This record gives sequence, C-alpha cells and structure tokens, in this order.
Amino acid sequence: MDLGLVAQYTMNGLMLGMMYALVAVGFTLFFGVLDVIKFSHGDVLTVGAFTALASFIGLQSIGLTSDAVELLAMLVAALGAMALLGAFIARAFILPLRSAPALNTLLITLMLGTVLREAVRLFYPDGANPKPFPRLLPADSINIGNFNLRLDNAILLTAGALVIVGLQLLLNRTKLGLAIRAVAQDEETAKTMGVNFNAIVLITFAIGSALAAFAGLMNGLYYNEINFGIGLYLGVVGFSAAIIGGLGSIYGAILGGFLFAGLQTIGAVALPFASAYKDVFAFAVVIALMAWRPTGLIPEKLSERV
Amino acid sequence: MFAGWGKTDLKEVRMNRFLSLAAAFICAGALGVTGGVSSSHAKEKIKVGFVGPLTGGTSANGLGGRNSADLAVRLRNADAEAKYEYEMVALDDECKPNVGVQQATKLATDKEIIAAATHYCSAVAIATVDVYHKFGLPVIVWGAVLPDITYRNKYAEVHRVNGTMINQNERNAELSSSLGYKTFAVIHDTTDYGKGHNKYFSEALAKHGGKIVGTFGVTSDQQDFSAELTQIKSLNPQAIYFGGLTPIGVRIRGQMDKLGLNTVLFDGTSGIKSDSYIDGLGKLAEGSLSFIEGAPTELLPGGKFFLEKYNDQNYPSPPEAYGGFAFAAMNLILDTIEQVGSDRKKVQATLNKVKDRDSIVGKITFDDHGQNTVALITAFVVQDGKWVVWEDSEYASGKRKLPGQK
Repeated sequence: MDLGLVAQYTMNGLMLGMMYALVAVGFTLFFGVLDVIKFSHGDVLTVGAFTALASFIGLQSIGLTSDAVELLAMLVAALGAMALLGAFIARAFILPLRSAPALNTLLITLMLGTVLREAVRLFYPDGANPKPFPRLLPADSINIGNFNLRLDNAILLTAGALVIVGLQLLLNRTKLGLAIRAVAQDEETAKTMGVNFNAIVLITFAIGSALAAFAGLMNGLYYNEINFGIGLYLGVVGFSAAIIGGLGSIYGAILGGFLFAGLQTIGAVALPFASAYKDVFAFAVVIALMAWRPTGLIPEKLSERV
Repeated sequence: MFAGWGKTDLKEVRMNRFLSLAAAFICAGALGVTGGVSSSHAKEKIKVGFVGPLTGGTSANGLGGRNSADLAVRLRNADAEAKYEYEMVALDDECKPNVGVQQATKLATDKEIIAAATHYCSAVAIATVDVYHKFGLPVIVWGAVLPDITYRNKYAEVHRVNGTMINQNERNAELSSSLGYKTFAVIHDTTDYGKGHNKYFSEALAKHGGKIVGTFGVTSDQQDFSAELTQIKSLNPQAIYFGGLTPIGVRIRGQMDKLGLNTVLFDGTSGIKSDSYIDGLGKLAEGSLSFIEGAPTELLPGGKFFLEKYNDQNYPSPPEAYGGFAFAAMNLILDTIEQVGSDRKKVQATLNKVKDRDSIVGKITFDDHGQNTVALITAFVVQDGKWVVWEDSEYASGKRKLPGQK
C-alpha cells in the first residue's frame, strides 16, 4: 500500500482515537472515585457540542466575527456549562444513590441520557436535523502524495493531547489530584485524612464532563456537523474503550480509545469484506480482549476492601 | 380499540355522505347547464376506492392525493357523456402497514367497489398487495416507490402509475454518464432502501458503460466515513454515488471536503432531496445531484390543466408532489370502467393491457408486472443553496460546471 495512504489512515485513526480517549477518560474517572458507571456521559458530550453551537450563534447575532474569540468563548461556555451539568448530575442523581445497588445508578443515568438526548432533539430549534458546525480553524492543507494533512486536524490533535497531558499533571502533581486519587483508592481513609469527599466527587464529575464537552467541540470542529445522536455512539465506544483499557485507569482509557479507533480503521481497510462490518469487527475484538483480560489491559491498582 | 373502529366508521360515513352530496350537487349543476338531459337520471351508480394517509405525518401528501382522485371523479360525474355515475370511497391508511391491511380488506371485500387508487407509503403498499390479490380487486398505486410493490410478485391486480427507484436510478445513470462521469464509487446504507438503490444503480450504470470501482455499505447512523473515503480516494473515481438518506449524506459530503475530495461529483438519490441537506452543508451542498419520481406538478405534461381544475374546486389543501399521479390513476380507472362496465375481472384485464395511454403525467404503459414503464423522473441539482430542476439550472446550460466535470 502507498505510504501516503497509510499516513492518511493513521491520521484518521488518531483523530478518532483522540475523541474516544477523551470520552473514555471520563468514564474511568467516574468509576475511579465512586465505582459507578455513568451512562449519560455520551449525551453530556452532545449537550456540550450544542451549547458550543448555540453560543456561536449567539455571538454571531451580536456581531462578533473574530474566529479566535468565538472559539475561545465557545470553549469556555461549553466546558463551563458541562462542568456544572456534570456536578449537578452527581449531586442530584448519583450521590443520593450511594447506598443503593450499582444497577440503580446505571439505570438512572441511562434514562437521564435519554432525557438529555431527546431534550436536544425536541427543544433545540429543528433539533432532529443535522446541524452545520462552524469552521473556525484554519483549513490550510498540504498534499503529500495521497496524504492530505490539514492544519485544523493537526491543531485538534495537538489540543486533545495537551488536554490529556494537562489532566495527567492535574492528577499527579496537584493537591486536588492527590485528593481525587485518595478518594479513588479508599474513601474511608481519605475522609479520615480530612478530604472533603462530596466536594471531590463533584469536582471529579465536573472535570470528566468538561472533557466530554471538549470532545463534543472537537467532534463538531472535525466533522463540521453535529446531531442529537452523536453522544449515544461515542458513549458506547468510550465505555468499551474504558473497559478494555481497564476501568479506573487513565492510561488504560487512553490506550483503549486509540486501540478501538485502530481496530475500526483496520476493519474498514484491511479486511476483505465490506466496511459495513467494521464495527462488528471492532466490537468482536473487544469481546475477545475482555475474555482474555477481564480486568482490562491496564487494570486499576486495587486495594481489596474487606 | 373498539372506540377507534367506531370513530373510523363514523368518519367514513361522514366522508361518504359528503362525497355523495358533492357528487349529487355537481350532477345537479351539470344538469342545470345542459338543460336537463333525461338519460342521466338512469345512470348506474358505481363505487371506486381511494386509500392514502389522511392523518399523521404524511397526511399532506395523502390529502393532496385524495383531493386529486376526487377531482377525477367530480370531472367525470360532470361529464354528460359518462355512462355511469361514480362515488369514491376514501379510506385512511395512516401510513401504517397494519391499518393499511385493514382498510385494504374493507375495500377489497366490498363487492360494490370495482377498482381503487391506493397508497402513498411504500411500507403500506407492499403490505397490502396480497390482500388485493386474494380478493381480486384491481388497484393502481399512485405514490409509493418501492420496486417490490409491483415486482416482488406478479399480481395481475396491482398496477402503478408513478415510477420506482429503478426509474430514478436509470435516469441518474443516464444523466451522469452523459455528463462524462464514467467511474463511480458507491456508498449505500445497509437498509433495504439503500441496498435497493445500490442494486438498481449498478445495473443501470452497466447499461451506460460506466464502471463501479468500489462499493461500500455503511450503517444508517454512522458518524465517521474517513476510512471509506480514504479508500475511495485511492480508487480515484470521478463521482461518488450515494444511496441513503439526508443525515449521513450530509456527513459524507462534509467529510469528502476534509479529505480533499472536492473534484468528485456527489451523486445522490431521492433520499437527500430535502432542504435539511442544504441546511446541514451550507456551501458544500453546491453541485450535488438528486432525483425524484414524479415532477413538480406544474411541470407535468397536463399539469396546467390539472392545477386549473384543482383550483376551481377550492380544496382546502394543495395537491402536493403526487396529486397528479393520484388524478391520473383514478382517471385511468374511470376510463376503464366506462369502457368495460362494472366488472372487476374485465377492468383488471383491460388495465393490464394499457399501452401508450395519454394522461396528465405523460404516456402510461403497464409492463407485465403492472408497472408504468415510461414514468417521469426529475433530476435536481443544488444551485446557490436551492434544489433546482436540472433542466432549468446553470449547470445544464453549461454556464457552470459540476465538480470534476470536463
């Protein structure tokens, strides 16, 4: 195969993988601190993308035209609003169910996801139709043989990588990160050490949801189109990525995200049968991996609670 | 459920009463004009049927079809030379297969009804063909486009005046080939709809000497097409044919741009002929093609005549895209009954032999499956943010060039 094509496939796969990884990291953060699976995570991403779009339209209507300022405002609005929404979901639906069976949390967030998704469809003007997302990044591109490298894709990929590195620094180098890790490791001990458990949980959910909003914005800028259903699929893929990586492990989630994107690309390109089966292929490999490593590729370091 | 039945019956009774009153009124009017032709008192009364979605999301099309069929009946009843007096029984299939089957059974088992113009929704039309066959009611489909309605079985009872996705793909292959596009990559969704488009387009393109360099089946909710499009890029086709609906059509066209596939024609089907395709893409929609069965009513061969008569009747809603076909279907039924009388078997046999018959939608010829073979297809191209009829566009006149056109 032509080298340019390989480069193109790799670039496509990396873009997909970055989005999957950002979603997967959210799942893994939530599971880390509270041992819950929050199925509305994907739909928070959708709401984030639509918040960004709405703020763009708002800025346009007051006559603002600078791409950079608009982008910054969209970023702040989407991330801020979704951080609040994430904290609110944790406060109102997840923390009160702490002592209930885990299945209840799973169900309530699943239903909440449907509510969010349908709310976008019904209440956003013409929400059932695909919406064009503005092109705010420079669209310059260079053609190297069959490889078309676009500046906007490169910027998105770098931004995604920076966000993940930033999260890593936050978790490992700050007092807040220490508190999150403490809660993740042992809730009781963390509380005795003076960590404000509820506050840490809310902050973690805010961070995870802001990451989803970032992924939503990235999705919009990459495809220049969003619709009310994007979060559903990204949620399922992100969750699977978090599981194969090892739920609770940040590196695992990132690895899982890129692995899943790689599998899809291979499924579409290298397999002899039609690309319609690429998801079948990717999910089948996930099933095989889970049978082989039930706790994921990089399992969470667990101290068994007795 | 029982209440529902009662309501339907009541509505229908009211409708019948309204229609017979209207018919009587028109007859009276006709008598007044002609000064009272005594023979018309002796006219035998014959019932014909109409089914379409009169309530629900597609009711605009259903009501337009109902009014148009009603117009055919009214005009005939006003005609002093008509041998019979007609009464149209209009039923509501709600665009739901189960309801459609009930209504079809109701029509087909009523021996007084000689023939019917039936269905706008493909899912309903395909579900009811067995009923019409079983009870021997000759019908003419006036709006549904799935080929299987006429082609899955060989039922002598079932006919169709409008075209199918076969016709639309033939027109598509013909037009794109004549514009110099020879190599195509096909992307289709993996539903029956998308698979049908793939099949019929591939067949039609082969006839015109075009070549398909790759076929990609995709799910109807897929988000990312970069892998498929990268592969297509390496195959280097002149056009991408897309058999599917607007949402993924928007994504594919958008992502073509991302991969630098801007000198490739985006050749769509009736599935993307909607304003939301243009809304979703903005400027990128420019130069995309789509095809629909039928034509804007004013462009039909007898469209002007039809619209004049339609407006004379002051119907509360417009005929919509397929009204002309409903009118043509009902008119064909009435012509046939005039010719052979009130006998289902004879009407069916005569309908099966219809050839080169003039109608407001052009000439009608039924093949051995009862499908009109000279059905009209309209091509559209996006020009300046609007779907423009191909022949009227600046692309057809040569003023502008489609992507990749030489």
